[in-house]
Order: sequence, then C-alpha cells, then structure tokens
Amino acid sequence: MNKLKIKYKFLEHMADVKFQAFGKNKEEAFLNSALALMEVVTEKVKIQDISKRKIRVGGEDDVSLLYAFLEEFLYLLDAEDFVVGKIESLEIKDGTLSAMVLGDTASKYKFSNDVKAITYNEMFVREENEKWVAQVVLDV
Amino acid sequence: MIVFLEEFMKKISENVYEIPMENGMNVPARIFASEKLMKNIEDDKTLQQIKNVAMLPGILKASLAMPDAHQGYGFPIGGVAGFDVDKGVISPGGVGYDINCSVRLLKTNLKEKDLKNKDEILHSVFRAVPSGVGQGGKLKLSKDELDEVLREGAQWAVKKGYGFKEDYEHTEDNGKLPNANPKDVSQRARGRGMGQLGSLGAGNHFLEIGIVDEVFDEKVAKVFGLEKGMITIMIHCGSRGLGHQVASDYIKEMEIKYGYPKFDRELVNAPIKSELGKKYLSAMACAANFGFANKQLITHWVRENLKHYFPKIKMDVVYDVCHNIAKFEKHKIEGKEKEILVMRKGATRSFGPGRKEIPSDYRKVGQPVLIPGSMGTSSYVLVGTKKAEEISFGSTAHGAGRISSRAFASKNINAEDVKKKLKSKGILVEAGSLKGLSQEAPEVYKDVDEVVRVSHEVGIGKLVVRLKPLLVVKG
Repeated sequence: MNKLKIKYKFLEHMADVKFQAFGKNKEEAFLNSALALMEVVTEKVKIQDISKRKIRVGGEDDVSLLYAFLEEFLYLLDAEDFVVGKIESLEIKDGTLSAMVLGDTASKYKFSNDVKAITYNEMFVREENEKWVAQVVLDV
Repeated sequence: MIVFLEEFMKKISENVYEIPMENGMNVPARIFASEKLMKNIEDDKTLQQIKNVAMLPGILKASLAMPDAHQGYGFPIGGVAGFDVDKGVISPGGVGYDINCSVRLLKTNLKEKDLKNKDEILHSVFRAVPSGVGQGGKLKLSKDELDEVLREGAQWAVKKGYGFKEDYEHTEDNGKLPNANPKDVSQRARGRGMGQLGSLGAGNHFLEIGIVDEVFDEKVAKVFGLEKGMITIMIHCGSRGLGHQVASDYIKEMEIKYGYPKFDRELVNAPIKSELGKKYLSAMACAANFGFANKQLITHWVRENLKHYFPKIKMDVVYDVCHNIAKFEKHKIEGKEKEILVMRKGATRSFGPGRKEIPSDYRKVGQPVLIPGSMGTSSYVLVGTKKAEEISFGSTAHGAGRISSRAFASKNINAEDVKKKLKSKGILVEAGSLKGLSQEAPEVYKDVDEVVRVSHEVGIGKLVVRLKPLLVVKG
C-alpha cells in the first residue's frame, strides 16, 4: 500500500495544541500521533538516536490507549530526562501497545514548549474512508 | 443592543449574564463579563463548558464563569463551582492539570532608579531560576524528603532554610494544604516531580520584576505594604509534572470506577465522600504543596541572587494565591452557613474582610487578589470582598485569558518583533526560546485592564494597585 502523504496536521485551537494524525492502520495513526507530540516538544530540533526505551501500555478502549501511549513520552521526558526522536516499532495487540523508541538525554537540548498533559478533550480514534484518524488536544 | 449567540442567555444586571437551566442542568450558569469580554467568551466553547459543569451532581447556586473565562478541559479556564459535600462530586477537570498553578507577589525596598544594570540583573535572575521543559530543578531529593515536601509545602522549604516563616504566613493556607497523604501520589507522578522541584517550567509561567505604577486605593494598598514607585517581584508557576500526572492518574482511576459523563469525558468525577474522591483530594493537596514549595525555593534563589546587586535588599511576600484548586470552605447556602467544596479552575479566591483564612494583618480589609497580565502588560492587585462571597463563592478572575491560539501566534507573530516592541515600552525579556515568546505575546491575550474593570464594577474584587513590568523571565 502507498504511504500516506500527510502524517499529521495541526489544527486551530484557542488555548492549546490540537492535531490530527493519520495512518493506513491504527498502529500508524498512533505512531504519527506520537511524532506530532514530539514535534510540539522538540520544535523540529533533530534528536540523536543514542539509546532505546521500551514502551508498554494498556487501555480500556482506543482513546484511553492513545492517551496512555502519549503520556509515556511526557513521563520519559520529566522522569528519565529522555527525549524520543524516532519510533522503531509499534504493535497493538489485545488492547496492549508495545513500542520501541530511540532518543537522547533531554537536558542536552533546550526546549521551551511545556506539554503539561495529554487530554481527552475532543480526542478520538476512528477509521474513516479507509484510513485511520486520531485527534488529540494537548494542554500546553 | 448586542445579540448573543446563546439563545436563552439574558443580562441580569450590569456585567452579569445568566443562562437559565435547560437539558440536564441542575443550576443556571452565570457569567461575569462586559459586552466586549462576552464576545470573546462566545468565540469558543466556554459557555457549553459552564453548562456542562451545571449538570454535575450536587452543584450549588450556579455554575460560574469569571471575566477572563476561556475554553478549558471539563471546566472552562475561569470556571468556578461550589458543591454540596454530601451529594456533590469532585472532578479533576474542575481543578485542572496544573494543580496549584499560582502567583506570589513580593515587595522590595527598591525604586526604579536602583535598577541600573537592567540587562545584567535580568540575565542573572534568569540563570538563578531554572526554567524550561523537563527536569532542571536544582535539588536532588530522597523519597522521604519528597514525602515531606508533599505533606508540608512551603513550610518544608522554610524549615530547610529556604526563606522565612513570614513567607508562608502570607500564603494561602499557610503554604500547606491539610490532609495531604503522600501515599495517594503515584510512583509515576513522583518520578515526574522528583527532578523538577524549584523550577519555573515553561509555557505561560514567568517571573517578573515590576513597579507599582498606580494606586487606586491608598488605604488598602498601605495595609498590603504597597506604594507607588515600589519595585515588586511576581512569580507565576505551578506543580510541574507531578501535578499534571496526579490529574491524569485520577482521571483514569475515576473513569474505570465510575465511567464518564457522556457530555464531556474530562468531567469525570467521584463523589466527594467516596474513597476515590478523598484520595484525589489528598493527592491534589500533595501536588498543591509541591507547588507552594516550588515557589518558596524560587523566592529564595531570587533573594540570594539580588543580594549580589543590592546587599541591603528587603523582599517580603505580600501574598501567594492559588489559581487551580479545590477547597473546603464555609459559604452561605440558602441563608445558612455551610461547608461546601469550591473548585476554582483559573480563578482566584477573593474573600472579603473578616474571614479567618486571611492573614491577620490583612483581615480587616480582605485578602489580596493577584491578577497577572500577559507578558508585557500590567498586572493588578485587587482586594477580596463580601460581595464576592455572596455571588461568586468568594472568587474572581485570575489573569488575562487567551484570545488567539498558540498556532496562530507561532505563524503570525515574530518573536524578535515582540522583544523589540516590549523594549520600546521599557520592558526587557529573557526567554528559554524565541518561539515561546511569540506564543505569549501581549496581543494573544484578552485585555487584562477590561478583566479587572469588570471584577471591580461587579464588586467581586476591588482595584488596589497596578503593576507595570520592567524585567520578565519567561520559562
């Protein structure tokens, strides 16, 4: 199948950051959501692939799974001083998401966009016209 | 006459609008705004959100929006509601992700003429106070020490030598919310907060050195120790990743236990008296205490830093107010004084004279209400009123409130221009990044002058002094 042309796009939101991420399947839409989130944090600064982290999260439904997945990136940043630059693999099976991510020590870089939280506000994950769309609003 | 989009909304008095009860609302919704501010409020989902809040069980009197209200999660920013303790619920969406995002004002014995090397002072303060995304705190805490911070807030910091007793005595709740049990804060939240204590953060958080440039109420200003020409310092920050994670954790837990309201997933809630409700309130108190300790440390570092330039400097805390919090307070409900739970999400407590919660030296006049403007615009000190206790659960606005999105700002506002424009007004800014600067440019915020004017006219917070910024450190 052809690769999607647009991985994600940012939408107007009064107070915060809103984006939609796309994929030919759910996994790809999740992966692109994470890329959108990381673009907000890193402001497009290139992150070196120095070390790896494994992410494993569960959720009650697609939306809470996406929430839990994206929250992991904020946790890595605050608690482990680790910023993700690349997602090597991502798999969703029986409501559990496993991913391998590559990145670097966050404090080597200077970021100023503080994403406070992932929110459920206007969040959805759905299949429309044979592609998957995930919409997220970040509290920044 | 202006026609509003909200069909049944009516003006009930000058600057006060009401949406009567409809579909599932337990109380009416009420908005304190001028026609000009109402036009901004109508632009986003604020009105829908206060109607949603009015649907929550046990809500009392009315679901309120302050003059600076704008769209948030669950509650709008600038949303206030009071809940019956027995029948009501607590919602993390009524407090917000940045628990105890708050503002502290310090007064000094300096005048503007003393600030000779403004560039140098700004740069030095910028370096003394960690800011930006991620870790950055200067302290390395053990697990037990973090527990103490969560239990004791600003009082922990003072005990460790970071400041004075008078600092927390001039802080809401003496800088320490009660019933804070660290056991209710998850490992993840602790992990996120551990390395962040004593850091400003980023986004809309800032530290500002300003000057009292207008006094509206001489008598009250004197009680607060403020006078024209005095240099002041304002610190605006919250509970960092720890508070954000507490909110996320309990949103999830409450959803699993109680499900979520169909009208808004972010208004997930638990009965106030349930186990989970109590646990959230305890975790929230811990996060609030982290926020109080955070500002106390920053206060200390700014003090130490400015001593290099001004060995005889005096910096006293005027007051420190919470902007995102839930508290048990006594209010008059149907003529009777009753303990209720008040949630203020992007709103300031505004108690009038006599309340025991107010520091004794201010009790005669009412509490100081601190309303920061946006970067580069004036900030205000107001005084709380009896009127606020009657009509707004003792609350008023908390700031300017956004009118343009961050995306719009990044695309359309040049950060260098922002810096230049501010410089031409005598305001110097140092920021973690230029992009952050354009997103917080003065033009993306509501007119704070209009916000405080409405608060003053409605009587929910009366003008005392205006502060003009001189040096701004942005996270």
